[in-house]
Amino acid sequence: MSRCNIGNNIRVMRFHNNEMTQQELADRTGVTRQTIVAIEQGKYSPSLELAFRIARVFNKPLEEVFSYLVVGNDEKD
Amino acid sequence: MDQKERQVLVTILATILIFVVYSLFVYNRYIAPDPEIINNSSFWGKAFLLLIPVAIVAQIIIHIIFAIVNKAVTNEDIPSKDDERDKLIELKSIRISHWIFTLGFMLAMGSQALKMELSVMFITLIASGFLSGIISEGAKLYFYHRGV
Repeated sequence: MSRCNIGNNIRVMRFHNNEMTQQELADRTGVTRQTIVAIEQGKYSPSLELAFRIARVFNKPLEEVFSYLVVGNDEKD
Repeated sequence: MDQKERQVLVTILATILIFVVYSLFVYNRYIAPDPEIINNSSFWGKAFLLLIPVAIVAQIIIHIIFAIVNKAVTNEDIPSKDDERDKLIELKSIRISHWIFTLGFMLAMGSQALKMELSVMFITLIASGFLSGIISEGAKLYFYHRGV
């Protein structure tokens, strides 16, 4: 069984947006700073709606902010 | 350890403190002078009903004190609302709590099916309620710390 994770570039995106703070991103997406921290550290996969809200803050398409990683070699098409 | 983890830890400690203090109070005030009272269903009914408001008020007071101390030490406010991650963690921990209490409830009913004393059923119910609360909060702590 393969293990799937949602990767993200939020830290890099924040850096490129005038070093936006986690709190500012949290306020603009309507979640707590702890949730942004958890997403950045890969401890929480956000809902589709939250993922879109985060991408919208950075004015980027979803796939530039988030990526789908498949860990393991038994992926089936 | 972030704010939520600290908050959950305080809830666990408060739950243990309230349970121990309340149990000691009930034992010293009612059971020690009259040990036969434990087979009186009216006594258990009153003990359960009184525990609910006492636990709620004590939890509120402890959390207010925690919020004040936390603000003074870390200069951070406790998040006033729960977001989607908090709700997911809450749901997962409630599911765990539900199964533990259900197991306790079945054991309590089993004690009556085996014609054990009435006190065994009530003690099992109280213990399962306490354990489900503690394990539920412990699960929250785990999910906040390790991810969900």
